[in-house]
Formats: sequence, C-alpha cells, structure tokens
Amino acid sequence: MQRIGVFVCHCGTNIAATVDVKAVAEALGHEPGVVISQDYQYMCSESGQNLVKDAIKEHDLGGVVICSCSPRMHENTFRKAAASAGLNPYLVEIANIREQCSWIHKDIATATEKAIILGKAAIAKVHLNTPLTSMESPVVKRALVIGGGIAGIQTALDIAEAGFDVDIVEKQPTIGGKMAQIDKTFPTLDCAACILTPKMVEASQNEHITIHSFSEVEDVKGFVGNFTVKIRKKARYVDETKCTGCGLCTEKCPMKKVPNEFNMGLDNRSAVYIPFAQAVPKVATIDPNYCMMLKNGKCGVCSKVCSVGAIDYKQQDRIIEEKYGAIVVATGFNPIKLDKYDEFAYNQCPDVVTSLELERLMNAAGPNGGTLLRPSDKTHPHTIVFVQCVGSRCDDSKGKPYCSKICCMYTAKHAMLIREKYPDTEVYVFYIDVRTPGKNFDEFYRRAVEQYNVHYIKGMVGKVTPKSDGKIGVQASDLLSNEQLHIDADMVVLAVAIEPDKTARPLATMLTTQMDTNDFFTEAHPKLRPVESATAGIFLSGACQGPKDIPETVAQGSAAAAKAIGLLCKNSITCNPCTAHSNELMCNGCSSCEKVCPYGAITYIDKEFRMPDRTTAIRRVASVNPAVCQGCGACTVACPSGAMDLSGFSNSQIMAEVDAICK
Amino acid sequence: MQVNENKEFQPLIVAFCCNWCSYAGADLSGTNRLNYPTNVKIIRVPCSCRVNPMFILRAFQRGADGVILCGCHPGDCHYTSGNYFTRRRMTLLFSMLDFLGIERDRTRVEWVSAAEGAKFAATMNEFTEAVRKLGPNRRLEDLRCRKQ
Repeated sequence: MQRIGVFVCHCGTNIAATVDVKAVAEALGHEPGVVISQDYQYMCSESGQNLVKDAIKEHDLGGVVICSCSPRMHENTFRKAAASAGLNPYLVEIANIREQCSWIHKDIATATEKAIILGKAAIAKVHLNTPLTSMESPVVKRALVIGGGIAGIQTALDIAEAGFDVDIVEKQPTIGGKMAQIDKTFPTLDCAACILTPKMVEASQNEHITIHSFSEVEDVKGFVGNFTVKIRKKARYVDETKCTGCGLCTEKCPMKKVPNEFNMGLDNRSAVYIPFAQAVPKVATIDPNYCMMLKNGKCGVCSKVCSVGAIDYKQQDRIIEEKYGAIVVATGFNPIKLDKYDEFAYNQCPDVVTSLELERLMNAAGPNGGTLLRPSDKTHPHTIVFVQCVGSRCDDSKGKPYCSKICCMYTAKHAMLIREKYPDTEVYVFYIDVRTPGKNFDEFYRRAVEQYNVHYIKGMVGKVTPKSDGKIGVQASDLLSNEQLHIDADMVVLAVAIEPDKTARPLATMLTTQMDTNDFFTEAHPKLRPVESATAGIFLSGACQGPKDIPETVAQGSAAAAKAIGLLCKNSITCNPCTAHSNELMCNGCSSCEKVCPYGAITYIDKEFRMPDRTTAIRRVASVNPAVCQGCGACTVACPSGAMDLSGFSNSQIMAEVDAICK
Repeated sequence: MQVNENKEFQPLIVAFCCNWCSYAGADLSGTNRLNYPTNVKIIRVPCSCRVNPMFILRAFQRGADGVILCGCHPGDCHYTSGNYFTRRRMTLLFSMLDFLGIERDRTRVEWVSAAEGAKFAATMNEFTEAVRKLGPNRRLEDLRCRKQ
C-alpha cells in the first residue's frame, strides 16, 4: 500500500463556491492508504506547491493526488514540484474538480459528492502508479525539406544560415516551383524570376544545402530528432555530375513534339530537356515517354552530341537513405482540373485559358516571347473576360469550399498589366467579392479600377460558348444592375481554384501527420502553433497548409525554419515515458499489436525462455521501441493475451478508476 | 445507481474521454460554464482506442447505468488512426451487447473535438436523460459488487 497525500485546492472561489472543499479533504482522508489530506486556497501557487513538497518529505509519500483544475492545465506544475521533492513525477495524479465539476454544477451537495468520487478514482489510480523515467533520445542535426518551391527554398536557406545541413527533395527536374512560372508579382509588379532565381542559385551554392531534384520521398520511419527517410532519385538518364547544362542535346534532339509542362503545354519541348533557362540544377533530363532511344532503341543523337558523355540510357532509379532530425513539408499547390466545368468550354476552346497559362503567355520567356497573343490564331485579343472563383467558394461537390485567396489579387495584376501594355484592350472581371486584405493590396486593386479602367462586374459567368467567327460568347449576369450581359470576347481567363499537390496525401500518411478534408496539412494549433504539425518534428511551410500568396509563404517558410532550428539546436529530446510495453512471458507473438500500431514502434524479437523442465525454448515476442511509441494504447486492446500494457494508463489503473467511480 | 429524495432515478454514467479532443472539449464546457448533470464521471484515457471493451463491461458489472466513449472526430485522431479502431471495436461490442439484451441506448460512441464544449455538454445532458428513461441497469450489474 502506497502512502498517499491528498491536496484539495479551493482555486479561490472557483472550486470552493460549489464544492465543499473541506468536506472533500475530510472524506478523502479516510480512503485506504491516505496519510495526509489537506485543502489550500491556491495549490498551484508557490506556497501551495511548497505545501505539497513539504508533505512529500515529512510523510514520506509514495503518491500524490491533487484535486484541482484540469490536468491539461497544471499537471506539469505538480509533477515538477513532486520531482523537486524527490518523488517520481509520474506518481502524481490530478482529480479534475474544477472544469469537470465545480464549474458545470450548481448544487453544492451533489457537486461535493461528485468531487469526492473523482478524488477516490484518482487515489485508486495512484495506488497502481509506477515510477517512470523519461528517455533521452539524440537529435540528428540535419533537416529535410520536402518541396523546392519558394517555401522550401526559403526554409532551407534559413536553416542553412543557422549552420545546419539541409536537404531539399524536389520531384521536378528543377527547384523553383510555381513561382518560377509566374511573370510578375503583386502588388509591386516586380518580375518573379528576378527575385526567385537568385534565391535558387543561392540555395544551390550554399555548402549546407543538398538539392535532390527529380526525386521523391519514398518512405519515412522514425520519430522526432531521428527520422530515417528513403528518397527515390528517379532516373533522368543523364549523369548529373557530368552534365554541364550546355543544352546542345536539347537542340539536336529530333523529338520536338512534347508538351512543355513549364509553359503549361502551350508550346513544345524536346524529349531531352532543361525545364527553363535558369533551372537549378541546370542539368538535362530525358523524358522516357517520348525518347525514341528509350522507347525503340533507335536514335542516340543526344549521346553522340554530348561532349562530356553525360547521357546514360541505362540509368535506373536509385534509392538513398538519409537520417534527419526535423522534416519540413513544403509540397505546395496546383490549380484544379477543369474537367467538371463544361460551362467554361475550357477543353473545347484554346482561347479559354487559366490564369497560370496567362502568366506564361505574358512572360518574356513564354511561348510568345512576352507578346500577348491568342493561342488559337496568334492574333492580338481586344476583349478579355476574367472569371473569378472558378471552383473556389463552391458549395457543390464540383469545386472547393474554401477561398483560394490569391486569385483576386493576381487577376487585378493581369488586368492592370494588360491595360498598361495594350491600352486598346477592354478588360472585364466578373467577381463574387473582391478580397484584398494585405499590405498595399486594396490600393493595388483600386488602381486597377480607377487608373486603368478595368471593368469590374459583380456577378458570375453562366456560359462560355466558342463561336464560328473565332469570338467567344460570354453570358453573364450583373448582380448590381440585375441585367443579363452578353460579351463577345477574344479571350477568357479563368481564375482557377488551387488545391494541395496530389503527393501530399500519401506523404501525410508516411509522416503520420493530419490533413483536413481538403487535403491541406493541419497545423498543431490554428492560432498558436501555425507552422508545426501535430506530429513532433514535422513542420509546415507554404501552401501545403492552406492557400497563401508569396509574402505569406516566405514568412511561413522562415517561421518553419525557426522552429526546425530550435529543434536541431538541442542535443537530445525527452520522450514521453507513458509508452506501451509487452509482458514477454504472456506474449505469443501473434502480430496483432504490430498491425494496429500507427508508428511502427513494435517489432518482434526471438527470445530465449527457460522452461520448467530446465530446457530452454526460443519464442517470438513483441518488443516496443519506447522512443517511437507515442502511447496511444491501440495495441493494448488488440492484444488477445493481455500481454501489452500502457505505462501511466495501465489496464489495472483504468479498471481501478472504473471501480472507484462505480462503487 | 442512486435514488434521491424526490425519488427521481439518478443514473451513474461513466464517460471515457480521449486526452486530446474530448477531454479538452469537456474542459471547454467547464470553462464556458455549460451545465450537465453530476451523474457523468469522466475517466481520462490517452486515446479512445485505449478503451478496452472490458472496461465498459466492468463498468456495467460494477453498477454503471450508462457508458459513453468520446474521441476525436474521424480523421482528426491525434494518433492518426486510433478512433477508427475504436469505431470498429465498439460496433462489435455493441452488437454483442444487443445479443445479450442490453438496451442499445446505454452505450454510445460520440466524436467531440476540443472546440466542441457545447456539443460535449449537450451530449451528456441528452445521454443522461436517455439512460434515465431506461431505468437502472439490472441485467449486467453484479449484485455481489454492490456497496452495502
């Protein structure tokens, strides 16, 4: 029998107003094993804690029950107090008589009665508590950034700045992401490439940063401070170490009819390609779906012209394994597919384009060298209609329920740039609401309306019909004047909703992080922990967590880096000692627990047992890695023989609580 | 089971709440001073999947009139998949309780997030009333366990 001390807190009048605190202390004093039962005004105060500490020493207590506020509030306070008095901190239990008793009940008699029962349950539990010690686990001083867009680049640069090694894994042949495709950035209208490409170069030249381009994360094992990650380096059929990026192979490649992803399929590239002139790393990649050598074994031009012999048609995917202390997710976004939006005739008419396609059409490095021409007949458009919220803020299953946040601003930017460059063009913007919260954003939008005379019309476009004369009929409603409008446009630009990248969900499963219903990663706390995921050691950067513009993405990238640096600075981290453990004598090695463990913490070992007849037998038994186990307890229920138990919440402890409550 | 002066039946309700969502939700209903009956006694568990069906049967054996198990919403489990295990296990347990002839309304699984203090209080009010209507749990209570 443990020697137990009970301490009942008044919490001023928070508890004492509805619970007869003295009666609770008196009643709990008669429980078996209780050697001291006291009440005090504020148990969490310095003097309250001293009361507990003195009692532990004076009465040689083996367990402490505090009847006070929620353990989520002050469990740690009292555990620390107990530890400083020489008692194992895990021999402290809290009975929650404030949030779950005094604050919700009005009748003093019944509330007191309930408080006594909660106290008894805690006493019953603490009798079975065992001293637990936290394990220290070392931190690998290296970070992984998944995604090489502006979010990932910023995070990697900041972590490298602090002196830690960082690896960037990017699935495309070059880093840069979506920002590399953008022409100009709002609200300052500076050129995206001019501010992004120096950062890309900086990342590639930083001695602490390793870029794994054309690579994907294959598998993640481990836990905070000690992740083991398998990275698949996809075969690019070009030796990265030899290729100088001269581009001769791309010129000579006879297969030139491959849709160019970087230009949103608006022009073609060769089968061996460098995505764009400022690509980092500037290394060619062969597209095996189009390369005639890889498909039929006939061609080989690129290998003949390559002066350094970098072409290697026999290259295979390689899997490398690295260890990391922290992982930052920066997988970014994609515009949604428009298959379900027949009303906008996107698939029928080449002159109906998305905003990202328009970025390429207007970009000096784009398919038309920066002149805005219709994709169908390469003529200059005179009337352009922008449609906002295509797939955003939808209450049906077709689109996304959220606001994509960036569309209002980039549409204002497009409209302004077009009016600036081609003043003879009429620009119409159909919107539901114009949302411009951000520094200098509303001024920017007003400039588009007032200075550049862009026609903003509140209302939605109902139907877009390509006509035989090359014009596009746009049927829309003006909600403010309640009129139906028919506009003959030359081009229609759709501000398409953005969604998380398709690779995000399988990645979230690998990382055991949470996602919301829209596949955006969920932060640990929406307000107070916006860049951490709920899984320790995994941080979030950029649009993988929610729609964001570039300044916000960069801010979050730096914030995630700061959090990762905070972790990497530690030499070791303390693990939660409330983990599962298996009783090897009872375990029959059935694998039930291994199947339900979300962390892969359970492995099987062959253990030698001495049998009653003095022989030895080797049996397969479960073994829990306490550093990986997070203490959910799924395995304890799955175990058919009752061998698995959870420290701190053991079967007998919970049973004892049930019994105490039901007595 | 308790009977107070005006003879209204006071059921004993055991609530298992997961530490990350439902226990926090219960705390929130306290912070917001949302009332629910004193009949409900909460036991904190790390995850709803920690609740062994044996705990529920034990509560009934010892005289509980209703048992409610609260966890994070599906997809929101702090441990990724714990509440899915809970959902499956409890479906099996409930069909076994049906087979034993235990009223279906004595047991319940409810998803309460840390932000749903109001839902927690409303659920507890409603569940207590439902169990009160059913009357005492006589079928599973072991009279030898009853306090004299």
